[in-house]
Amino acid sequence: MPTWMALGFQNAASPLMEQLIFFHNHALSILILVMTVVSFKLIKTITNSNINVQLLESQSLELFWTLAPALVLLFIGLPSIRILYLIDEVYNPDITLKTIGHQWYWSYEYSDFTQNIEFESFMVPSQELKSNQFRLLDTDNRVVIPFNTQVRNLISSADVIHSWAVPSLGVKADAIPGRLNQVSFLINYPGLFYGQCSEICGANHSFMPITVEATYTEFFKKWISSFKK
Amino acid sequence: MADEVKIGTAPFDPRFPNQNQTKHCFTSFVDYKRCTKLRGEDYAPCKYFEKAYNSLCPNAWVEKWESQIEEGTFPTKI
Repeated sequence: MPTWMALGFQNAASPLMEQLIFFHNHALSILILVMTVVSFKLIKTITNSNINVQLLESQSLELFWTLAPALVLLFIGLPSIRILYLIDEVYNPDITLKTIGHQWYWSYEYSDFTQNIEFESFMVPSQELKSNQFRLLDTDNRVVIPFNTQVRNLISSADVIHSWAVPSLGVKADAIPGRLNQVSFLINYPGLFYGQCSEICGANHSFMPITVEATYTEFFKKWISSFKK
Repeated sequence: MADEVKIGTAPFDPRFPNQNQTKHCFTSFVDYKRCTKLRGEDYAPCKYFEKAYNSLCPNAWVEKWESQIEEGTFPTKI
């Protein structure tokens, strides 16, 4: 979950998010390298009072400063394409979750089971927070998911456009009325993962968070069974 | 009680490989209605479509389509 003055990503809780963080670190390292070399060269050139009147053209220099950037781009592009295709990988999901955005709460449906579960998830108002709850992030009902299970989430909306996002899982997709957007994810370990609505949707856009509770499969089955058929 | 809960859902359908699954849900629903109309409610293979549209389609959409079918305003021929 986000903390004060955090500059980087939240810790990854899904394999895709982990890969995204690795790629980000890799691309940022290359970026810092290039920026350092270029700034260094620029400053050196500007502050050098000597002038080389013989320097008019140089085939080898031109070759170098074409090939080197091409190589850098290759080093960035190939991992990028790799993760792009990884994100679009096809899976047979184990469980389907339906998420419907409303003004201003999320509702969830689990229809794989005979219980056909439906519930709404409202933000816990700040005045009603317990001491172990997070302001603007905790909800009354959580999205319970078994960890290490491939989940298909179908996201839609009942009114205006919203967006369902959970940064630690590397998931974000718009909730559009009349459309079903699919995202696929797997949670690596049990825990609570928070997100917030990511598309402006009216007065309480900032107050319709998402709480995903990843738990053991047995506890998940017990939770499912606790709903009436 | 927990043993009765089986983990399983509609599988990947290569006709709908992308992010937009609207047609997947709608086609499963229509296929179920057409299957039961042709073969009857008890025909076992129709259960696949029923499971698919139940898993994929938001309940509000299904309720709306069922009432449209009753009123005769459903947009597709069944």
